[in-house]
Amino acid sequence: MKFTTPAGQNPIDQLKVIGKPTDRIDGPKKTTGTAPYAYERHDVVPNQAYGYIVGAAIAKGRINAIDLAEAKAAPGVIAIVTADSAGRLGKGKMNTAKLLAGPDVEHYHQAVALIVAETFEQARAAAALVRVDYARAKGRFDLAEQLKGIPLTGDGNAGSPVDRVGDFARAFAAAPVTLDATYTTPDHSHAMMEPHASIAAWDGDALTLWTSNQMIAWGKEELALTLGIPKEKVRVISPYIGGGFGGKLFLRADAVMAALGARAAGRPVKIALARPMMANNTTHRPATIQRIRIGATKDGKITAIAHESGSGDLPGGGPETAVNQTKLLYAGANRLTAMRLAVLDLPEGNAMRAPGEAPGLMALEIAMDEMAEKLGMDPIAFRIANDTQVDPAKPDRKFSQRQLIECLQQGSERFGWQARKAKAAQVRDGQWLVGMGVAAGFRNNITMKSAARVGIDRKGMVTVATDMTDIGTGTYTIIAQTAAEVMGVPLDKVIVLLGDSSFPVSAGSGGQWGANSSTAGVYAACMKLRESVAQRLGFNSAEVEFAGGKVRSGNRSVDLADAAGDAGLSAEDAIEFGDLGKQYQQSTFASHFCEVGVHAMTGEIRIRRMLAVCAAGRILNPKSARNQVIGAMTMGAGAALMEELAVDKRFGFFVNHDLAGYEVPVHADIPHQEVIFLDEVDPTSSPMKAKGVGELGICGVGAAIANAIYNATGARVRDYPITLEKFMDRLPEVA
Amino acid sequence: MKSPVDTEISRRGILVGGVATAALTVSTADAQTPPTPAQPATMKVSFDVNGKRRNLELDTRTTLLDALREHLHLTGTKKGCDHGQCGACTVMVDGQRINSCLSLAVMHQGDRITTIEGLGQPDRLHPMQAAFVKHDGYQCGYCTPGQICSAVAVLDEIKAGIPSHATGDFTTRPAITNEEIRERMSGNICRCGAYSNIVDAINDVAGVRA
Repeated sequence: MKFTTPAGQNPIDQLKVIGKPTDRIDGPKKTTGTAPYAYERHDVVPNQAYGYIVGAAIAKGRINAIDLAEAKAAPGVIAIVTADSAGRLGKGKMNTAKLLAGPDVEHYHQAVALIVAETFEQARAAAALVRVDYARAKGRFDLAEQLKGIPLTGDGNAGSPVDRVGDFARAFAAAPVTLDATYTTPDHSHAMMEPHASIAAWDGDALTLWTSNQMIAWGKEELALTLGIPKEKVRVISPYIGGGFGGKLFLRADAVMAALGARAAGRPVKIALARPMMANNTTHRPATIQRIRIGATKDGKITAIAHESGSGDLPGGGPETAVNQTKLLYAGANRLTAMRLAVLDLPEGNAMRAPGEAPGLMALEIAMDEMAEKLGMDPIAFRIANDTQVDPAKPDRKFSQRQLIECLQQGSERFGWQARKAKAAQVRDGQWLVGMGVAAGFRNNITMKSAARVGIDRKGMVTVATDMTDIGTGTYTIIAQTAAEVMGVPLDKVIVLLGDSSFPVSAGSGGQWGANSSTAGVYAACMKLRESVAQRLGFNSAEVEFAGGKVRSGNRSVDLADAAGDAGLSAEDAIEFGDLGKQYQQSTFASHFCEVGVHAMTGEIRIRRMLAVCAAGRILNPKSARNQVIGAMTMGAGAALMEELAVDKRFGFFVNHDLAGYEVPVHADIPHQEVIFLDEVDPTSSPMKAKGVGELGICGVGAAIANAIYNATGARVRDYPITLEKFMDRLPEVA
Repeated sequence: MKSPVDTEISRRGILVGGVATAALTVSTADAQTPPTPAQPATMKVSFDVNGKRRNLELDTRTTLLDALREHLHLTGTKKGCDHGQCGACTVMVDGQRINSCLSLAVMHQGDRITTIEGLGQPDRLHPMQAAFVKHDGYQCGYCTPGQICSAVAVLDEIKAGIPSHATGDFTTRPAITNEEIRERMSGNICRCGAYSNIVDAINDVAGVRA
């Protein structure tokens, strides 16, 4: 099904199942521990051996020699894989660094060897006996240092010009009220709860991989490319994924090393990355240094806005696109956005939940707060005054939907914003300084081709198969809701099969495109199936109605089960998107509100209340969508208050590489959270008229918290995370 | 959790293993290869898991977590960090919750262990499991069994009058409040960030029980 014109009335609009808060259909499995994750598939293949990865102990240099004698002789060891024994390996198109080092080492904890043994304990013990002789080379680890002298570029591609609209420099120089401030965000770790894990089994030259991956088709292709085998010989299975957040978008070392280990051992091999390997072996969200300049008239109209961001990555890597939202979020005739990309020899930087916008808004939305204060305006009023309903660079290009003002106004009312004191450090509650903060949230809507196969059997059961993944996003449930709605059956008549490369290729989970694109693919397949049903019954497909497990046309009514008959019926189709996303700017919007308490004497920060108001197209399942948003708000709270991969600038690695050192929010950090979804349908996005919320939820949260801390204390911190040593000396005098 | 007698058995078990290893080393000694390291010591252990007696002979380095997951194939208990940092491996031993990754299996001779599988199954959910479904107290599901085991134990701890950091007054019994629940659940990380819903689920069960 081609989607080239805005959707009209269609079966999804019945909203009998879609749009209803629905318990997850995978809930009973997940809550009883019976949903099987990658490392747990004792059932799929016998005789699994255990793999344990040895990571590089240097950040950059060469391996002179590896002494494997002791490890080989250790009890239980079956095979050892290193670059010397692995044979010629390719590199995935989406990998910046190789997944197996040797002779060159590109980053700390890059895999250098794999031990395969009879038991986990034996593999781990033998891994400690691998002696690697390294020649350490000088590396580049200090972002601020490496950004010096790097030229500005537009979208990060070599030679692309800086993005300019109007004449920023002149307008900024002429503006009566200006801000010029620099903000920093640190490296972040996805830190999903399930470590990267894979079981690999060869059957002749064919490989099956049970793994934990957000993008099945990418994983299959990249694994084939890396191993140098035809992709038809690779099957990837990933029905349950213990969190990803972008960290499982790409092929990683667990998959490649399991495949190599299984080949070397002549039997299936399972590997889970040890938690302390994850931060440095896998990808992370790169740190940024962002300069923001805003110029405005005295009545608060932005006339000039510039956002520059610098980040680093390994050679061949890309920038953190933290300036993206600044192209579209606020009006202003004169604009400049640009990036710098330094080469760093730290582990590979890559996508993490809302790449670009998440760190970009952490900076921009503090800048907006600072600017509002300079103007003597309420931060909400300042944002509303600078709303734009068109792409500021192309004024004839409209937003398909843009309810940012409504998000801010409803949030203001709901949160009790009018009680906020404009002057900082005015509110005390016992020993606590109390403040409120607001920020806008923004994330673009992306659509991706997505296919599915849908069948009906003799019992009237509808089965959907697609290689789409559920990474906690609630995909199983919204796909079941979609099929139930279109086929006119109750939810419990739908079976959803996901995460298997033998199923039609879907959009996969990333960039908050998954919900809208994958359900639109299921919709397309269901519509095709409806035609087959009508055809088999001799019904005119234009007049046919699917409801209550029956197919009706005029006064004829047939059970869907009977229509399917003993042979059953099935159909496969894909949703393919035209250029509506170019004609219209499709984006999602939010307002984030936060109230914090900062202890007047210790500087301890406690989040007291959080609210998000989201406008993101049709909400397919308000229950799981709300969960996506509160989860993103929680991750945003982590980014604001505690998350930072600490860089050892001498040796080039992330020091706090486990869950004791890399702090993420826990129960005690997070209050009750409130989420409001505005009524919205976006007919330009897909037949579902939905967009995404999973990344919108994190966009702006950090700044709302930062602004609340400023409002509470009068101390502005522009360097995330906002930990107490950064403002202790600026707390108000304690009486 | 264990008697001095058990400890004696452990020492003897390891010694016996050591003797056997020494003999093996001698018989395979070869000047061309480095000395063969000691074979891993194994030991017999039996404990009760979800009401069923389980007898195992394990490498003594095997954690309770890996005994459950790799030897008994009870994979509902999750390995998130293997270092006692995340709580995904929470199980109950003799009614008390522990991080099973921080405990060697052979330390549990005779113990009574309850895992997520022992609380309920998809067709007959434990009230806490049902409350997690109702309140959407999870996303990816990987920390969920640990959260649920912890939650069940937390309510028992509060009921038993065990104070926490959040308990204001140690002379009175702790109450089931959001602060108490959040404090006591803070060893169970949910990176998906479903905390707000998890607390709602626990409160729901606590209310039903009250």
